[in-house]
Amino acid sequence: MTGDVLDNEPILVARGVTRRFGGLLAVASVDFTIPRRSIVSLIGPNGAGKTTFFNVLLGVIDPTAGSVEFHGRRMIARPERIAFESLVWVLPALVTGLLAAALATTGILTGRILALVGFLVMLLLIGSLLLSIIRPVWYQKRLARIGIFRSARPNDMVEAGIGRTFQNIRLFKNMTAVENVLVGMHPKLRSNLISAMFNTKSMQAEEVVALDRAQELLTLVGLHGKGNEGARNLPYGDQRRLEIARALASDPQLLLLDEPAAGMNPKETQDLVALISKLRNDLGLTILLIEHDMKLVMGISDRITVLDHGEKIAEGTPEEVRRDPRVIEAYLGAPAA
Amino acid sequence: MSVVTDLNAKAAGGGRMGGLRTSASRHRSLSILVGMAIVGAILPVLAFIPPFTLAQPSNAWIDGFTNAGVFVLLALGLNLVVGVAGLLDLGYAAFFAIGAYTYAYVASPFGNSILGIDLVANLGTETGGLVFWPMLLVGALVAATFGILLGAPTLRLRGDYLAIVTLGFGEIVPIVFLNSDALTNGTNGIGGLLRPSLPIIGSFSAINPWPYYITMLGLVTFVMIICYRLVESRLGRAWEAIREDELAAAANGINTVTVKLLAFALGASTAGIAGVFNASKLVTVSPDQFTFIVSFTVLAMVVLGGMGNFWGVAVGAFVIYTINNVLLKVLNQFFDQTGIPILKDIDFIQLQFLLYGLALVGMMLLRPEGLFPNSRRKRELHTAMVEPGEDELGAGEGPLDKEDVR
Repeated sequence: MTGDVLDNEPILVARGVTRRFGGLLAVASVDFTIPRRSIVSLIGPNGAGKTTFFNVLLGVIDPTAGSVEFHGRRMIARPERIAFESLVWVLPALVTGLLAAALATTGILTGRILALVGFLVMLLLIGSLLLSIIRPVWYQKRLARIGIFRSARPNDMVEAGIGRTFQNIRLFKNMTAVENVLVGMHPKLRSNLISAMFNTKSMQAEEVVALDRAQELLTLVGLHGKGNEGARNLPYGDQRRLEIARALASDPQLLLLDEPAAGMNPKETQDLVALISKLRNDLGLTILLIEHDMKLVMGISDRITVLDHGEKIAEGTPEEVRRDPRVIEAYLGAPAA
Repeated sequence: MSVVTDLNAKAAGGGRMGGLRTSASRHRSLSILVGMAIVGAILPVLAFIPPFTLAQPSNAWIDGFTNAGVFVLLALGLNLVVGVAGLLDLGYAAFFAIGAYTYAYVASPFGNSILGIDLVANLGTETGGLVFWPMLLVGALVAATFGILLGAPTLRLRGDYLAIVTLGFGEIVPIVFLNSDALTNGTNGIGGLLRPSLPIIGSFSAINPWPYYITMLGLVTFVMIICYRLVESRLGRAWEAIREDELAAAANGINTVTVKLLAFALGASTAGIAGVFNASKLVTVSPDQFTFIVSFTVLAMVVLGGMGNFWGVAVGAFVIYTINNVLLKVLNQFFDQTGIPILKDIDFIQLQFLLYGLALVGMMLLRPEGLFPNSRRKRELHTAMVEPGEDELGAGEGPLDKEDVR
């Protein structure tokens, strides 16, 4: 089975991803692909650059070089020709303004109408400025078509179909478990300012469905019946699982788990392994795992990539990686000569 | 383990039932209507019974309630920005000013001459006053636009830095109104505004406080319903999420830019409505009505009332306004009459800010969540004391915390 999965077409491709923090090269030109429906792991000693790489994939940190494609669409790379982007939002207003000025000198536009046009120019300017800071997906795609490119932000990556959890749990602690999952559902829900103000029927229906779905997800990760508990009151293992439920709420195709077993006892880890396998086998998710628990990693992964000092030093099946002398050296030090 | 969870379930008690949320929001509007109707009926009764009539005449009470309502509106709007979305805004009075001046331009002879229209002259007081109603919406929209314009450059800022920028904005707006003599009549402001009018009642007047009172009651009810609906919607959850953890919110697909801008815009639009109403009631606008003191007072109202809880901040605003404008006056009169040696020489109105300070300090020490806290906020503040180590855990992400969400 392992071989089959790795032959699937890639869902995510990272090419030469590099990130430098001042003098520190945190990630050095890492190439990485994730085949669809596989479980791929990223391991390495502390400070190897795993989390940095992870954050680059998610658009939290800009790469110094390299690019990330998701579903064949380039999402993350160095910005290109962004100087021209300002033109996009100044141009409509500028053209309208100049046109109005020209018409005014010829005497066609006067007084009140001219003032109205001025008002329109202002609205255009504000509108296009807003567009450029809100950056809806269609706007980004249109810009990309004319060669202006800016990296996707984390929320764009989620919208494209990536879910993530954090190394140190970042739940919304003062919300209940079910509210956390509902927040995770944000990109899937369509209600907006207007429907919320008027409490429309469609919004109410959507909320009911969302609530059901949230309960389903909680059951899936094994938190059945704990929906109304405050997130901060949940035991540690449950918090980890709630974070996974929250990440699943946006219906991602790729799930990125950053040390999901950190701080878990063996029993909890075992449950987690079962959960991760279930996510892949039953829901058809693709999973990228960063983990220190070697037993977990070796048992579950289709492929393992090893980072050390920001460089990829090995890649292969768990068996290959286990025997790789460079990996052993990175973890245990070089054998005595 | 099951014992532990049981205990935790008890500790969490009082948390809202997630499953009841949708049905709760359906009944929420009704309960607000009923609540406001009761409040709206009781307040005038108080104005006509003895201990209160001694302090000031009944009509003055009704008028005072209406003015308090302006601050209730402001507090509700600011609560959306500060209490719910967690964006500290110290320049809130700017939007109040923008709403007021928007009305002034449309409803005064001076403003009309600037705009190049002659609405006031053509329509007269009675018909012209009808313009007040659509102007509530226009004022809200104009203020919302400025809210977005302020919000846009401050999106990357948080906490103290955001506070400084908004503080600056709050200073700039009245100063612009003060110094653009030709456009705003400078220090004198714009006078002779139209009072609102209604088809059957005719124009509102300064002598009869009731029409204003009823209008204000309607506005507060309307804004309160909208606020509750928003907070319980998808958008409200997003606000809560960015207040708690902006990075986690972004990592869950919330476009933090849009959501923050909406918070600013909605907060500002509420202030815009309050501004239009206040201008129509005072019949004049001038820059000195919108100083930093207003922003500060409203913020104090929100903090004292209980950040995040709309009923709480409404009550907070009402109480503080009444103390400021009635109780202190009454104290002055009382001690003047009784002639108690030292107390009669104290001007209590002068002590307003000393009292604010004392109240705020006392509040922060004894009840940091406010008089009528939001249950979630209360949990946050009280458990924070129990688990001091928690933040250290969260700070371990290194460059992430500095890098910020774009």
